[in-house]
Amino acid sequence: MVLLTMLAVVTVAILRQRSLFGVVVLSGIYSFLMASVLIVLDAVDVAMTEASVGTGVSTVILLATLHLIKTTEMRPVRRHALALAVAAATGAVLVWGTLLLPPFGTADAVIHSHVAARYIADTVRETKVPNVVTAVLADYRGYDTLGETAVIFTAGIGVMLLLRGTQRRGNGNQEKTQL
Amino acid sequence: MTLDLILRIGTKLVLPFILLFALYVQFHGDYGPGGGFQAGVISAGMVILVSITFGLETALRIAPRSLVERMIPLGVLIYAGTGVVGQLMGRNFLDYSIYSSDPAQGHAIGIFLVEAGVLVTVASTMTALFYAFVERGR
Repeated sequence: MVLLTMLAVVTVAILRQRSLFGVVVLSGIYSFLMASVLIVLDAVDVAMTEASVGTGVSTVILLATLHLIKTTEMRPVRRHALALAVAAATGAVLVWGTLLLPPFGTADAVIHSHVAARYIADTVRETKVPNVVTAVLADYRGYDTLGETAVIFTAGIGVMLLLRGTQRRGNGNQEKTQL
Repeated sequence: MTLDLILRIGTKLVLPFILLFALYVQFHGDYGPGGGFQAGVISAGMVILVSITFGLETALRIAPRSLVERMIPLGVLIYAGTGVVGQLMGRNFLDYSIYSSDPAQGHAIGIFLVEAGVLVTVASTMTALFYAFVERGR
């Protein structure tokens, strides 16, 4: 509860902040709080990912991006009453949806009654890997993780092409003006 | 690059432990939390820390761009290759049973290989992204 309150405070602070540097630092704090929430929920693997990616690498990359662009957020051109209404309605629907979820940690919830029990029972016998999360990730759901790795590969190549491609064109123009 | 003495010495002190922790997360992922993805990000974070403290040139000496960019597809190839070997041995794609006479042991080996592939791709992609952004800022 304390963590969730802090999350809400940080979110409001991000919204009110106009300096993008502050926003980046606050999003790092947000990710770190989120990692703490995930640890409280016993999802240590996800918490580790959130802490290293959300707080570490993405903060550094966002700061490197700030180096390339202006660091103050521009004033909105006009107020978007319709956008606010849509966002509020979506949020209300999502909250309404969570009301129907089973309480956290219920053993007979739908998500626990499908394949999870089989994974927990058979993982050590079938794979000799005590960490069920690793076994599900790399073995039972190996196709998905292969897809995930391919997504990271594609995203990396895409960003590199975007950043490099424009740079090369810029150099080309310089050469032209020199000629 | 002239930088704070405390920062430089502190980074030097911390670096081996970051590397050790990354390796621990990678190879202990079968028993505790962690795995290829987390270890990859941590080792990329190590290169980024070196780059911030000692400058991009030092980081490029440790992890040259050509190596990093070759590692991105290499990781995906390790992962997919682990699956294709299973196909060549007459099993399904990504069936790890062939890696050992004991199917369970084979699965453990397969998981190890696949995690290594994830580590290589994630670490190199994160490093390459950082390099790309920093180069652009010059």
